[in-house]
Amino acid sequence: MDLELLIKDVLATDESPPAEGLSSDRRRSRAAILQWVGGKVARLCILLVAVSVGSFLLVEASPIDPVAAYVGAEVLNIGPDQRAQIEARWGLDDPAPTRFFRWAGQALRGNLGTSMIYNAPVAEVIRTRFAASLGLMALAWLLTGVFGFGLGIIAGSRPGSRVDRGVRWWVYTLASAPTFWIGLILLYVFAVSLQWAPVCCAGPIGADPSTVGFGDRLHHMLLPAITLAIVGVGSIALHTREQVVTFLHGDAAVFARAQGERGWGLVRHHLLRNAAVPALLLQFASLSELFGGAILAETVFSYPGLGQATAAAGIRGDVPLLLGIVLAATVFVYAGNLIGDVAHRVADPRVSLLPAARA
Amino acid sequence: MTAFAPLEALAGTARGRLGDRRTRTLATAAATVAVLLVILVAGTLLADRAAHTNLTARNLSPSLGHPFGTDRLGRDQLARTLAGLRLSLLIGALAASVSAGIALVLGAAAGALGRRVDAVVGWMVDLVMSIPHLVLLILLAFVLGGGMKAVVIGVAVTHWPSLTRVLRGEARRVAASDYVAVSRRLGRRGAWVGRHHLAPHLVPHFTVGLVLLFPHAILHESGLSFLGLGLSPHEPAIGILLADGMRYLSAGAWWLALLPGLALLLMVKTVDVLGQQLRNLTDPRTVQE
Repeated sequence: MDLELLIKDVLATDESPPAEGLSSDRRRSRAAILQWVGGKVARLCILLVAVSVGSFLLVEASPIDPVAAYVGAEVLNIGPDQRAQIEARWGLDDPAPTRFFRWAGQALRGNLGTSMIYNAPVAEVIRTRFAASLGLMALAWLLTGVFGFGLGIIAGSRPGSRVDRGVRWWVYTLASAPTFWIGLILLYVFAVSLQWAPVCCAGPIGADPSTVGFGDRLHHMLLPAITLAIVGVGSIALHTREQVVTFLHGDAAVFARAQGERGWGLVRHHLLRNAAVPALLLQFASLSELFGGAILAETVFSYPGLGQATAAAGIRGDVPLLLGIVLAATVFVYAGNLIGDVAHRVADPRVSLLPAARA
Repeated sequence: MTAFAPLEALAGTARGRLGDRRTRTLATAAATVAVLLVILVAGTLLADRAAHTNLTARNLSPSLGHPFGTDRLGRDQLARTLAGLRLSLLIGALAASVSAGIALVLGAAAGALGRRVDAVVGWMVDLVMSIPHLVLLILLAFVLGGGMKAVVIGVAVTHWPSLTRVLRGEARRVAASDYVAVSRRLGRRGAWVGRHHLAPHLVPHFTVGLVLLFPHAILHESGLSFLGLGLSPHEPAIGILLADGMRYLSAGAWWLALLPGLALLLMVKTVDVLGQQLRNLTDPRTVQE
């Protein structure tokens, strides 16, 4: 009887349908998973359509003349005839819906147009640049997660202590610091003065990117990654701290203490795994900020990744690349949230994948 | 740096003499407002000095005459920094107000006008949140062609979702409460309910949210200017100063990058402290503290 109540209680935490929905019929559960996946994919499609229509309308409303943006300073040398030719070649005299569907149709086939500043297909620019950024962001993500979680645990285990106040002060102060300024300080101290780290780029200057070894790559991405981590630890540290404080005041901690657990053992055996799950979820949900931070950090360290390309595309008016990056960033953030969701469901037995067919 | 001395001094005396926490909260809030006013006034007064070039005093490291050093055109960095902080404050205030205004309208509408409006607003929030802020900002800055207007609009359009969520939840809670139901049964119409029941609950959240949006707005403005997509390079914005500083970093001119950024950090922190104090004052759980 008690067990049944408990099961019902656990199920209720996920606002799931009443318990009979879970009576494990395998076919039904597979259908539920499929439905869940289908729902997520459908959501992504709707999101991408909305984002592309929105950004297309924005660019459409822009007062910027695409011909002038493309040609740059030499626009003065272009006569009306040539201009008309270029506009006809680009289809600029067609109405906006026609142009949108032309672009969207090509985009569906994987052709996002040609980036004018890199003089290469947008999809290829995004692929190569994203590969470079991915390493950087993964390193920053790991550093953020490990240090943020660690700081949160340390601060939360002794709330009100000097360490706790120190960590909170540090985190709140860093929340006010511009990412690029942190980058500049690190650049000056470690690259210019101490010369421990390279000043720029993703590999030694002049070296062929394909021959740069793993160690060299790591060496080059260390400073930008640390920059991102320093700015990023705040939310996860504070969140974890709250978790620890709540736990230490709860019944579970009282019970564990009654069993003789003390100090670090209490945290390690009873809390660590519980606190790790929401922290992981939060980490995956933070990809949006990570991407934004990477734009600034890559600019400071001249790191040839997607962030630097985003800034360049904005400054030099490379519309196809900018639209491509907006879509790529949307998919990236969505994927982060999705992975976090799945990881949460896998790691936390109270939130099962199955009854969540409501997508 | 001297501009921040009053805060330290006041905080020190507050701890000694002003015993109860509410007074201390009020004193801290007043001190932060005073610091921000000093920055505004100093930035306005020093505008001429910030633009004054002196080619015989180029790239000087910090000294008594130029506490923040001088840049490549011999302009006094302290004056430029203060002028930049003033610009940041103005842009931040403008953008945060517009953003909070959008959030107030959408949040109240979503909470009070029923499910359909709520779904649309929720969808808009999700849509804006699904693109990284800075990417959307870059797109908007490009579309609007840069400059002050583009920065204000861009920052305003990207920052409303989080506050909208808060206001929406609050409005929904109030709209579903018993006393609103009673009020409606007694014949009160929408506008009356909005003014007498909804507004008193939303305004505190709105004010605090506005002040807490401020730091984000300032940081994004400076980031955008740093990337070269924000204010024009002739303006003494902090982002521009730091972008200049970056170019002279390898030549050893550390003060060009360190000091303006530090000043910005301190100012943002000051605004943030103000927001925290206001939150303490408006939250019934901490209003006595």
